[in-house]
Amino acid sequence: MKEKIVKVILILLGGAFLIIMLVLPLATVLVYALRQGFETFSKAITDEYAVKALHLTLLATGITVIVNTIFGVFAAWTIAKFRFRGKQALTTLIDIPFSISPIIAGLVFILVFGRIGWAYPLLEAWDIKIVFAVPGIVLATIFVTFPFVSRELIPLMQAQGSDEEEAAALMGAGGFRIFFKVTLPHIKWGLLYGVILCTARSLGEFGAVSVVSGHLRGKTNTLPLHVEILFNEFKLTAAFSVSSILVLIAVIILILRNIVEYRVKREER
Amino acid sequence: MFHLKKNSGMRKNNVIPGFGLSMGITITMLSLIVLLPLFSVLLTLSGTTFNDFWRVVTDEQTVATYKVSLSCAAIATTVNVVFGILLAWILTRYQFPFRRILDGLIELPFALPTAVAGISLTTLYSGKGWIGGWFDKIGIKISYTTVGIVIAMIFIGIPFVVRSIQPVLEKLDPQYEEAALALGASRSRIFFKVVFPEILPAALTGFGLAFARCIGEYGSVVFIAGNIPYKTQITPLIIMNKLEQFNYAAATSIALVMVIFAFILLFGINLLQARINKIARG
Repeated sequence: MKEKIVKVILILLGGAFLIIMLVLPLATVLVYALRQGFETFSKAITDEYAVKALHLTLLATGITVIVNTIFGVFAAWTIAKFRFRGKQALTTLIDIPFSISPIIAGLVFILVFGRIGWAYPLLEAWDIKIVFAVPGIVLATIFVTFPFVSRELIPLMQAQGSDEEEAAALMGAGGFRIFFKVTLPHIKWGLLYGVILCTARSLGEFGAVSVVSGHLRGKTNTLPLHVEILFNEFKLTAAFSVSSILVLIAVIILILRNIVEYRVKREER
Repeated sequence: MFHLKKNSGMRKNNVIPGFGLSMGITITMLSLIVLLPLFSVLLTLSGTTFNDFWRVVTDEQTVATYKVSLSCAAIATTVNVVFGILLAWILTRYQFPFRRILDGLIELPFALPTAVAGISLTTLYSGKGWIGGWFDKIGIKISYTTVGIVIAMIFIGIPFVVRSIQPVLEKLDPQYEEAALALGASRSRIFFKVVFPEILPAALTGFGLAFARCIGEYGSVVFIAGNIPYKTQITPLIIMNKLEQFNYAAATSIALVMVIFAFILLFGINLLQARINKIARG
C-alpha cells in the first residue's frame, strides 16, 4: 500500500515537472498564435518575409543534411571498419562542434571570411560574399550539426563488426558496392535517425546563424531569426504564428524519431 | 594460438577496400569545416599581446558574465539531475497511462528550435504570462532575471540527464533490490544504497553534458535573460555584444576562454564515460 502511494506521488511529481517545463511552453506557442483568430494567424505565416525566411531555412537545412550525411557515412566507414593510429583522436575532433557554443561557431566563420578574416582578400578579388550572406548561414549550420550523423553510425557499425564486408570483399566486390549492398541495409534506420536529428537541429539553429546572417530581411533571414525580429518588435501574435510552423515540424520530427528509435533498437540486436 | 588470432585480425583489416578514399574525405571535410575555422581563433589572437588578452577576459563586466553563466548553469543542472533521476526512474520502473507520450516528450528541447523555446518561456514567465502572472502577484519576477535564465537552462538540459540515466536503470538487475528488500531494507535505503551508486556515474555524465550545453546555450536564454550588464548577461551574450561593436579581438579572446573551458569539461566527461563503459562491461 505504502509502495503504491510512493509510486503515485513520484509519477505525479515527474508528470507535473514535464507539464510545467515542456507542455506549457508548447501550449503557449499555439494559444498565442491563434489568440487573434485564424485570419491574423494565416496572414502572419503567408507574409512575404516569413515565406522567404522559410525558403532559406529549408535550403540551408537541405544542404546541411546532404553534406553531413556524406561526411557521416565516410567518417563512420573509416572509424568503424579499419584499424589505424589516432582513431580516438579523430573521433574526439569530430565531436568538437558539440561542445562549442553556437555563438563561437558563428564567430569562427567571421574570423575566416569576414572583413578581418584571412580569406577576405581572396573573396574580395573574386567578388564572393560568404559572411552576411547565404553561404555563411549554410556553413554555420553545417558546423553546428557536423557530428550528428557520424555519431549515430559509428557505434552501430562497430557493434555489427565487419565479417560480412570482408566476405563480400574477398568475393571481389568494390567498396561502394559493399557499402550499398551489405552495410547500408544493416544501418539504414540508424542513418535515418542521424538524419532526423541533424534536420531538427539545422531547422532551428539560431545562435550561429544569428552571428553570420547580417539580418537582411527577405535575404539572409531564416525562420528562427524572423521569429526573433517579430518578437523584438512586440508583434507577439505574428512571432508565435511563425513559431507554430516550427513547432509543427518539431512535433513531426519527435514522432518520426520515436518510430525510428524503435527500429534502431531492433537493428542493434 | 594468440599469435595466429592477431595475425588474422591484421589481415582482415586490409581486405575491405576504400580506406584511402574514406579517410581522405573525412580528414578533408573535418579540416575545412571545423578545424581550420576554429584555428582562426588562435590566428586572430596572434596579433594581440597576452596583457591585452588578459585585460579583456578579466574585465569586471566579463567576469560578471562568467559568474552568471556558471552559477545559473550549476543550479539548473542540479535541478535537472534530481528530476532526471526521478523521470528516468518512473519511465523505466512504472507502468502508467501516457507513459509512452511522456517518454517521447523528453526530447522536445532537442527538436524545438531554441528561439521558439526562448520566446515561449519568456512570455510564459513574464508578468502577464500563465505562470509568471501568479508569481507577479506575490511580487516575484521571473522573466528578465537570473531565475528566468535558470528556467531556460533547465528546459534545454532535461534530455541530457534523463537519457544518460535511463539505459543504466534499464540494465540494472532488479534482483539486487529484491534481495535488499528480502533482507528488510527500507525502500529509501535500497534506493540510496543499491540503486544510487549504480546510476551515479551516468548521472554525473548527464550533469556534465547538460552543464556544457547550458554554458554555451544562446537562443533559449537570450530572450528571457534581459541582457542587463553585471546582472543577467551571460557569456555568449557578451561575445555577441562585442561582435556588434565590431570589437573582434575582445570577442575572440572571450571565445577562447569558453573554448578552453568546454574542452576541459569534454575531457572530464570522456574520462567518466570510459569508466562507465568499463563498469558496464563488468
